Amino acid sequence: MIPELGQISLILSLLVAILMASIPLWGAHANNKSLMQTARPLAHAQLFFIVVAFALLTYSFTVHDFSVAYVQKNSNSLLPFAYQISAVWGAHEGSLLLWIMILAIWTSAVAIFSKQLPETVIARVLAVMGMISIGFIAFTLFTSNPFARAFPVAPEGVDLNPLLQDPGLIFHPPLLYTGYVGFAVAFAFAIAALLDGKLDAQWIRWSRPWTNIAWAFLTLGIALGSFWAYYELGWGGWWFWDPVENASFMPWLVGAALIHSQAVTEKRGSFKSWTLLLAIAAFSLSLLGTFLVRSGVLTSVHAFASDPERGLFILSFLIIVVGGSLVLFAVRAPSKDAGQPFTAYSRETLLLLNNLLLTAAAAMVLIGTLFPLLADTLKLGKISVGSPYFGFLFTLLMLPLVMLLPFGPLTRWQSDQASKSVKLLLPWAVLALVAGGISFFFWPGGGIKTVAGVIAAIWILLGTFAFVRTRFKNSGSRFTAEMAGMMSAHLGVGIFFFGVLMTESLSIEKDVAAKPGSNFSLRGYDFRFDGVEKVEGPNYIADRGTVIIKNGDKVIATLHPEKRMYASGGNSMTEAAINSKLHRDLYVALGEPLDDKGSWALRLYVKPFIRFIWLGTLLMAIGGFVVSFDKRFKRRNAAEANP
Amino acid sequence: MSTRLLPLLAFIGLALLLFIGVRMNSGKDNSAIPSPLIGKSAPQFVLPVLNKPEVMVKTDDLKGLPYLLNVWGSWCPACQVEHPVITRLAESGKIRVIGYNYKDEAEAANKWLQQFGNPYDLILVDEPGRAALDWGIYGAPETFLVDAAGIVRWKHVGPITPEIIEQEILPLLESVQ
Repeated sequence: MIPELGQISLILSLLVAILMASIPLWGAHANNKSLMQTARPLAHAQLFFIVVAFALLTYSFTVHDFSVAYVQKNSNSLLPFAYQISAVWGAHEGSLLLWIMILAIWTSAVAIFSKQLPETVIARVLAVMGMISIGFIAFTLFTSNPFARAFPVAPEGVDLNPLLQDPGLIFHPPLLYTGYVGFAVAFAFAIAALLDGKLDAQWIRWSRPWTNIAWAFLTLGIALGSFWAYYELGWGGWWFWDPVENASFMPWLVGAALIHSQAVTEKRGSFKSWTLLLAIAAFSLSLLGTFLVRSGVLTSVHAFASDPERGLFILSFLIIVVGGSLVLFAVRAPSKDAGQPFTAYSRETLLLLNNLLLTAAAAMVLIGTLFPLLADTLKLGKISVGSPYFGFLFTLLMLPLVMLLPFGPLTRWQSDQASKSVKLLLPWAVLALVAGGISFFFWPGGGIKTVAGVIAAIWILLGTFAFVRTRFKNSGSRFTAEMAGMMSAHLGVGIFFFGVLMTESLSIEKDVAAKPGSNFSLRGYDFRFDGVEKVEGPNYIADRGTVIIKNGDKVIATLHPEKRMYASGGNSMTEAAINSKLHRDLYVALGEPLDDKGSWALRLYVKPFIRFIWLGTLLMAIGGFVVSFDKRFKRRNAAEANP
Repeated sequence: MSTRLLPLLAFIGLALLLFIGVRMNSGKDNSAIPSPLIGKSAPQFVLPVLNKPEVMVKTDDLKGLPYLLNVWGSWCPACQVEHPVITRLAESGKIRVIGYNYKDEAEAANKWLQQFGNPYDLILVDEPGRAALDWGIYGAPETFLVDAAGIVRWKHVGPITPEIIEQEILPLLESVQ
């Protein structure tokens, strides 16, 4: 009975979404106030029905209702409670329901926090979000129903994929989806603006915090996924240019570009069409990501159980949404840029460069991701485009971005003298180069990458502080949340690149065949293997190794890497053990048993500065959140609403 | 106007590519990441035969005729599901089916064969699962098609269905003979 109620609730939410997508839109067209006013209550009603459906599915998991096919496939009576909850979004059907619920939460939030906006705008925005909702709810109901029953009822569940039985995986999808779906707000605003035919700076200002928050969530979601891959997969890597990683990275890059171009459009009125296009692109790439992950077109470690019917459904939806918006864009986008003019050296120009580099990077990722498919289509054989392509092109595009980054905030709008900025930053550039030179001798063997990492980090760090200094020296200038957020995100970029380049250039790894009691030395650290024992977890049996790490005579850490066999069967899972300090990780993963005498294959890593990668992303995300709390987004709106 | 059409045109190209991608995918199993072994010689093993531990079989001993290597274990419920399908294929005589008893105990394996029937030409035993590592076997059931020259042609993870036999195994078998 409970699953049927959930299903009915989901059907009702579809009906509400259909109403929300049509009535307010008609109201906006006919200028009928009472029709437009239905938008907000409908948004809340939609959220209500979806939350009920989601709660009922969760309930089915907690009571082990294996008559529900989705529960049977993704749970097990031995599954710990926390994973019974996260199993709700552990596979295709349920994660779609989560997608829909997050979209409904965003929609309701827009309805609540949009009091200052004209009624026609909000009616159109919510209607567009309703259309997106229709697509996804219909997709869920017609191709991927999580409430479907299976008869005969299996006595026991298959179990949640052991890879997903991890705390990181509880939070990774919700954060990621919050980011993906958040771009729907900027998208809906762009569509509403195109429908209306005029792009008001006030709407742009209003949608800016939403874009920043969505982007910050996406940053956290991607970072958490990368961190999870690092400690769970046992490969010691943190990014693999896997199609699904790329699928989340493309909207991130375009979203970062959008954040910057929205600032220009709001403050100077320039780049209007470009901002609209980026808003469409960011969300379209989120949809494309959904398509790539769930259609099975590309092979990936992340691929959900997929079938072509689902692929065709999302593709049709993608074509309607993206194709429709681009047609609208081609017909209605403002033909001439009405913004204030700017000269060759101005903040506008620098931000334009930023946008070009970021979107070029996104295009590069898109081409690399889809190239294997293209080659397959053209019968060129199965090829995979690996990290050599991505690594090379990405470095090429990010190099100028890092070099130009400190100039942006220091340069005035409209027109500035390049010589002034150069004079201001020159001492810091010299300092960064000197530090790079020193690092060459401090970390021999690191080579050019280490030097580049140090220079990039120090250059961005000092350049950003140079901005703060000039800000405080000019006594008249205020220091706003927007600037603080920008600072945090820019410092994050510096720290991120430092972490990446140092880890890439200075990490060492060693595959060893270890007898109990044997010692291995790796960059001054002494790893002693003390054998493997069997231990029992709640729903698995593990081979648990013991590795004692010493530096000289001092014991630094005792690590316990594991190899788990889950009771439900299937493949064994590696649990790497990591001893982590800010400046380095010591990482041990257990391979295979080699003989009957307790010898095992071990993989040992020393990874300098790898924590800086996630520290940097955390700072970027914090930056995104902080910017969205800037007072001006609220105050000026209120001031303009009551002149 | 023309520049504003560019994004739309680019998207049409993209959509076309994705459409072809979806079409190409229909009917083939997407969950299987193609095995790196395909097109290469079957990995070497020396394994005992079930109930005849003194008889050891090498990979090269199997050359001469194509064969299907079916990984199974008495502990594996999905193997029961595919067993009738495997049995029918073996009985049709179109191909030799060789069993690969994976991480199993002889007693349990024999009992299982008594209950469900033994369609295999030969059953190799890999109780520790060591040789399976070279084959990239990470569970059961998994099935490999190896041609007469000992080259791995095809791999499937999960239960074999009649559709898979009709659409994949038999056409491939024809093409390698």
